[in-house]
Amino acid sequence: MQEITREALLSRAAELFRDGTVDRALGWRAGEFDYDVTPGVFTSAEELENGFVWNDFCGANFSKYLIRETGLTEKKVLVFLKPCDTYSFNQLLTEHRFARDKVYAVGVPCAGMADVKLLRDRFDGVTSVEGAEGGVLVHTLYDGDVTLPQAELLPDRCRNCKSKKHVAYDELLGSDGEVLDSHRFDEVEQLERMTPDERFAFWQNELSRCIRCNACRDVCPACTCEKCVFDNPASGAANKAPSSSFEEQMFHIIRAFHVAGRCTDCGECSRVCPQHIPLHLLNRKFIRDIDRFYGEYQAGAEVGSRAPIVDYTEGDIEPGEAVEGGARHA
Amino acid sequence: MTDMKEPLIPVVGVVTDIRIDTPDVKTFRVVTPEGKKAFAHKPGQCAMLSVPGVGEAMFSITSSPTNQEYMEFSIKKCGCVTEWLHAMEVGQEITIRGPLGNSFPVDTAFAGHDMLFIAGGIGLAPLRSVINYCRHYRDRYGKIDIVYGSRTKQDLVDYHEIIDEWAKDEGVNVYLTIDREQPEWEGHVGFVPNYVKELGFSTDKIAVLCGPPIMIKFTLAGLMELGFDKTQVYTTMELRMKCGIGKCGRCNIGSKYVCKDGPVFRCDQLDELPDEY
Amino acid sequence: MRKIAVSRMEELFAAIAAGQSLYLPVDTKAGAKFEQWESGKQLSSALNTVRSAKDFFFPQTENLMDFRMEGKKIEIIDTRRESEDFVLFGVRACDVRSFTVLDRVFLAEPVDTYYKNRREHGLIMSMSCTRPAETCFCGTFGIDAAEPEGDVVCHMTADTLYLDAKTEKGSALLESLSALTEACGGEDETAVERHKELSHERLSGLPLAELSADRFGADKTDAFFNDPAWKTLSEACLGCGTCTFVCPTCQCYDIQDFDTGHGVKRFRCWDSCMYSDFTKMSAGQPRLTQLERFRQRFMHKLVYYPTNNDGLFSCVGCGRCLSKCPIQMNIVKVMKQLGGKQND
Repeated sequence: MQEITREALLSRAAELFRDGTVDRALGWRAGEFDYDVTPGVFTSAEELENGFVWNDFCGANFSKYLIRETGLTEKKVLVFLKPCDTYSFNQLLTEHRFARDKVYAVGVPCAGMADVKLLRDRFDGVTSVEGAEGGVLVHTLYDGDVTLPQAELLPDRCRNCKSKKHVAYDELLGSDGEVLDSHRFDEVEQLERMTPDERFAFWQNELSRCIRCNACRDVCPACTCEKCVFDNPASGAANKAPSSSFEEQMFHIIRAFHVAGRCTDCGECSRVCPQHIPLHLLNRKFIRDIDRFYGEYQAGAEVGSRAPIVDYTEGDIEPGEAVEGGARHA
Repeated sequence: MTDMKEPLIPVVGVVTDIRIDTPDVKTFRVVTPEGKKAFAHKPGQCAMLSVPGVGEAMFSITSSPTNQEYMEFSIKKCGCVTEWLHAMEVGQEITIRGPLGNSFPVDTAFAGHDMLFIAGGIGLAPLRSVINYCRHYRDRYGKIDIVYGSRTKQDLVDYHEIIDEWAKDEGVNVYLTIDREQPEWEGHVGFVPNYVKELGFSTDKIAVLCGPPIMIKFTLAGLMELGFDKTQVYTTMELRMKCGIGKCGRCNIGSKYVCKDGPVFRCDQLDELPDEY
Repeated sequence: MRKIAVSRMEELFAAIAAGQSLYLPVDTKAGAKFEQWESGKQLSSALNTVRSAKDFFFPQTENLMDFRMEGKKIEIIDTRRESEDFVLFGVRACDVRSFTVLDRVFLAEPVDTYYKNRREHGLIMSMSCTRPAETCFCGTFGIDAAEPEGDVVCHMTADTLYLDAKTEKGSALLESLSALTEACGGEDETAVERHKELSHERLSGLPLAELSADRFGADKTDAFFNDPAWKTLSEACLGCGTCTFVCPTCQCYDIQDFDTGHGVKRFRCWDSCMYSDFTKMSAGQPRLTQLERFRQRFMHKLVYYPTNNDGLFSCVGCGRCLSKCPIQMNIVKVMKQLGGKQND
């Protein structure tokens, strides 16, 4: 259950429409079930009243949609941002992807967003999920009605939430939280403890499932190039028809390099992967290494910060050391 | 199974002649390594030409089916494959597959009619095949009018053939125009759509249009003003294609596949398609 | 009809695999997946595989031909090889129907021999569904998940697997397995009927059971093409290819060349009409916005394809796009929103 109710969001949105601050709002539209909400653009308070949904499945990160929507209006775009979204928001501002004054950002506390995949792995025919005493009540077609603690619905990115603190907003509804001492690097460390062969086998196996649908790239708030190198046949990297699984890996590894220092670890890549590839681990490894090489750095924590890897200082480690990898540097 | 003919597998073609038509158009003559024509085709049909490693692209066959010896392709330089083709020398082998697509109804709807051909720029390439077909079977058609325009005199494709052959034929009238005044040009100056209206053709004929989309749009409107019905006007379309046989999905508009159901469409048939071309 | 105890499935699989390759859904960390059977591999209990079964006939990527280049010379090398015989076990009714949808494209003249080769060497052992998911709506397209199509139709009860041959190819396979299986009697017929009844009962109680495709179909372009609902439906679309790649009927492809250094390989690979470069030409782009690309995908499934194929829809209601779309947009929402909310 989220601290802020749908009604609270709606009434604030209605005011902002009424006083002319905004002429569009990013929100979620209802689907067939409780959990298949779709991001949408609402252009009036009435439209919000009729179609806006706010529940534990509203996990999509809206920051990237602001690039397009701010370009379509003279006024401001209303966006509700969870703490993790605000890091992407700041990072996009740092990269001048949209104008800050074209957005009205309302910070919303987040109790963690549920992932229906976790339910589907356990039960057949999940038809509804509702808040209940002591967690959530799940109705299923074949496994009856089950009550679960909320925590069991949380995906990795929420179980290992890095921060409940909003780093950007125009106003905050409810209370702000703290940057958390999360365990998000535990799995990275497990990977680092593997031998190179074991690690190679791990990634070979995970990435072999990739179908190159590009969902990870297309949802990623750090991937905002007008024309992606992988869509450019002249780049030599397009490789829509890979001749070996090695090329699949190149796509993800090149992408991880490209977003290194800019990835805020929002976890959208893993959320959308239809093949359950833990893509966030690649990015976390880069974040971990950057932290070790240059001192702790959180992309998006503030607007305008220079990521260590694009900010040369005399104290930087030698390239040779970086090549050796972060684990040895720890 | 594997001995069946596969429509995606091409044959080898040898480029035996390269003619420079305009600053960005060249005409390539292609035969098989045995010196024969690669396959028979009908006016308006296309072929996939490819340079392995660079890519494959669809081109209309410019030469007339009545030419039994070779095929010709007039190609404008505007992408990867065409740039490569423009850079090659005589004797180079390429691959060719076809014939692809439908054709102009030269033996049915066109038979016995006066013909009006209207082309702009490289749009003459697909029409050259049908014009020369009609000239070859001269007695099967009535009067032939050809309106052709380009940016400049230098951009008129097949200029010499037009002047030395077409214009000298009995019952064939050629009207050339260029977009802007040029010192060495004594002919008409102005855009094709306006020229067509100025010439004011009678409507007892069939019109065939090809050129840039904007020229087609205004010329078609001009023909409507002159009293033509869309059922009397034919055009040929170009979209991105990969397979050429109606399977890869790329050139799908509504229920039609331009590569297979086209490229030739009667203008009233186009009206039935969603506006996506 | 023949039968075999569920406890003896391993023997059945071994016997099938002795004559040809056998593929069946097995559980992996990332959901069920068709894998080649080998001793010890268990049939997945999942309703369906993450990727569809189309991969077997229309793989994500395949080598079409090779070229050897020397100076100005080109040699074209036909790399086609006769496919080996194989059996696909446990294909659900929706995916079996998808083969018909694909056949209409690839086997139409001029025949795609790569597809035909694999299709003719593949034998389908389909499996009726008793636990259809909340995302299932095959019934919308006239598919009966209790009685799939296929060369051999299988029904699996708690203890018995029933095998019903529907084609000559299927009969020949069952013939070859006759030492292992038993003939069925009246009781078995009853058991299978009861099994189908249970299946029908569950299918009719599904959340999407009432979804109707009646308003869509051949020649309905004008009715839906300019519907204002496309804007809202497509506004959050990321333009990724997830829906097309998990879809059992999406068959658009690209052809690409790779210079290996020792020659050129020409590949065919899946492509998606959702991608911005799908229709991009050096001369222009007929579908400039995601709205147009999104509309193309659904209009093709619900209107254009039926127009060309006697009203057959190119959606089979498998529900994969419902569970996989990153923004939870899918054909069910499209069908319900188009033309007002008449489908609600």
